[in-house]
Amino acid sequence: MARAEAAAAAENDVEHRPANGTNQDPAAAARLKAFYRDMLLIRRFEEKAGQLYGMGLIGGFCHLYIGQEAVVVGMQAALKPEDQVITTYRDHGHMLACGMDPGGVMAELTGRASGYSRGKGGSMHMFSKEKNFFGGHGIVGANVPIGTGLAFANRYKNNGAVCLTYFGDGASNQGQVFESFNMAELWKLPCIYIIENNQYAMGTAVKRSTSEVHMYKRGAAHNIPGEAVDGMDVEAVYAAGRKAVEWARSGNGPYILEMKTYRYRGHSMSDPAKYRTREEVQQMREQHDPIDTVGVRLVRDGIVREEDLKAFDRDVRQIINRAAEFATESPEPGPDELYTDVLK
Amino acid sequence: MTQILMPALSPTMEEGKLAKWHVKEGDAVKAGDILAEIETDKATMEFEAVDEGRIAKILVPEGAEGVKVNEPIAELTQEGEVSDAPPARAAAVAIKVETPAAKAPLPVAPKSNGHAAGLEIPEGVEMVTMTVRDALRDAMAEEMRRDDTVFLMGEEVAQYQGAYKISQGLLEEFGERRVIDTPITEQGFAGLGVGAAFGGLKPIIEFMTFNFAMQAMDQIVNSAAKTLYMSGGQMGCPIVFRGPNGPAARVAAQHSQDFSAWYAQIPGLKVISPYFAADAKGLLKAAIRDPNPVVFLENEIVYGRSFPVPKMDDFVLPIGKARVIRQGSHITLVAHSISVGLIMEAADVLAKEGIEAELIDLRTLRPLDTDTVVESVKKTNRIVTVEQGWPVCSIGAEIAAVVVDQAFDYLDAPPLRITGKDVPMPYAANLERLALPTVDEIVAAAKSALYRN
Repeated sequence: MARAEAAAAAENDVEHRPANGTNQDPAAAARLKAFYRDMLLIRRFEEKAGQLYGMGLIGGFCHLYIGQEAVVVGMQAALKPEDQVITTYRDHGHMLACGMDPGGVMAELTGRASGYSRGKGGSMHMFSKEKNFFGGHGIVGANVPIGTGLAFANRYKNNGAVCLTYFGDGASNQGQVFESFNMAELWKLPCIYIIENNQYAMGTAVKRSTSEVHMYKRGAAHNIPGEAVDGMDVEAVYAAGRKAVEWARSGNGPYILEMKTYRYRGHSMSDPAKYRTREEVQQMREQHDPIDTVGVRLVRDGIVREEDLKAFDRDVRQIINRAAEFATESPEPGPDELYTDVLK
Repeated sequence: MTQILMPALSPTMEEGKLAKWHVKEGDAVKAGDILAEIETDKATMEFEAVDEGRIAKILVPEGAEGVKVNEPIAELTQEGEVSDAPPARAAAVAIKVETPAAKAPLPVAPKSNGHAAGLEIPEGVEMVTMTVRDALRDAMAEEMRRDDTVFLMGEEVAQYQGAYKISQGLLEEFGERRVIDTPITEQGFAGLGVGAAFGGLKPIIEFMTFNFAMQAMDQIVNSAAKTLYMSGGQMGCPIVFRGPNGPAARVAAQHSQDFSAWYAQIPGLKVISPYFAADAKGLLKAAIRDPNPVVFLENEIVYGRSFPVPKMDDFVLPIGKARVIRQGSHITLVAHSISVGLIMEAADVLAKEGIEAELIDLRTLRPLDTDTVVESVKKTNRIVTVEQGWPVCSIGAEIAAVVVDQAFDYLDAPPLRITGKDVPMPYAANLERLALPTVDEIVAAAKSALYRN
């Protein structure tokens, strides 16, 4: 959605000329506005998912993306529709960024027949072939060779597509990640590895788990270029994403982007939050929030007015409320679904 | 007005203690502020506000125990809020958990659906003798010729021509785009194969032996086998994992073991383990064409054995069908892979004593063709299973259970199992012999089932 909306906005939506006389590029202004809306959609979706979990309507594990929205929104805008995305289990934001329907995602969270996996996958296992979203994988690090394989298929078919393979700081210590790096560079596969470094693997801080905390250096032993990016700044993410995508698409092989980001909520819903201080979370929220900072920028540069931001929020809340309604009113899968989709 | 409900803070929480309120009536709150501390059986957790507003009323006092999940604990007013959604009236959304079991009959597992189209060997076809090794190579070469999306990847499959020479000549014919040497990195290239299958290719992933596939088990089970189900039927993973399985000779515990039963347990996989060259060829071609992940278990010792193979342009066999390789009326002997050779030898010994054994080669282990086995037992009333794997939760254990379940009244003796012994494979030649099933053991078991000792 981000890429489609941003592109459409760039072409059509130029009514908000900079009011303060700055020479803001209208395409960039429209893009920033689309970023704001897309990030807000993820934020409100996740808040609603948290509510529904609290009400017992969503079960099991549920990992919220709140705080990290700039990463997927910025990266997605750097893609073409034929490019692929794959990630681990903190995946709701990625799906929305890929343009998957919030109602279908929410209905999967509530385990209903109208969910993307007909209620058989849940929060961690969702896919959309149509949107080139390849999951949603529950095993930390296991998606990394799979993403590398999607990139392998791109090169094999010579179709010009790239694969964005997301994983966390925790997964980056898995052996299969290094195995993937080695093969990706060896065979020059068009794969962009995005390490979403939100500082904690569950409750273990990066410095307590990782000998070299600068994870963008992880590719050095394999000759893969890497870069650290302020993952709380959507424009920085977009700029880095474009560069990395261009690198991989041109046949230079893989690229590593370490996104310095932060999750506000617990690892999953049942997180006692004993491993970091309240003040640390508050400080990130108040000073680095990826949505608020863009909101301030939009108003400051005269791209939108304060009231417009409120209107965005109303629109987004409406979309999310409709998704929640859909997700709670849809029926559970029929009992006959138990035995379907085991084999083709 | 929004009701704040007692939250579920873990997958299993049903009630909890409201340990402490961090706000009082009249306080303004914004998203992220801590409202209260909730104590569950696991931990004490802080509970945050998700909306802005003002605490109008606290409904459950501090210290209250046994507060049920979803019970209103406070009321929040939101200024100027356009109350546009039912979830804002949180308490009104009841949890509708259907209990279909009470109304509808329980779903029944479908009969094994692994029967792809395919033929047994038609009559009158010319047969040529070839090794299992060549039959496997021809199967791959033929499928690679007919479909550009099929490729072979594994350790030493290209320049070295295969650690066991199964891929001999394939690099020369298909080039390095389609015959790919990998680093020694099983989990990595198994997962890469899964991704390539998601991306529209049909990978053949060779494990130098299945001993090393344990490093890739997560990718085979969690990624390849389950994704069709977890995606509600959207995805699918057309991939073949193949290589030698089962004890080799004198290589000891880590390189000599049979994983048949492991893979046969996994829903979402098909598992094939042939003995004859014709089955190796026809079933490997079927496996490559199958839209599901297939584990194809070969046997190092069998690679060099020669058998007749039909001379046909496109010989494809159905997956999921056992074959009665010898008719008999006194006892059924069941085996797969190299053990088929053992039951053939045992049948010859038994025949000299006037015992006519019916022999079944399972060929596919998942879906298991239990119909053919049960039919045979209804005729012979006795069964001995033979395999090289360990006895506990073995293929034989499964067959015995099915036979007892479906042909109990036909049995004249308990089903017996001959398996590898329940030990890691020893190195010493004499101990290794003792650890593996023998013809003598099979003959003795058959006679015992016939009460002829």
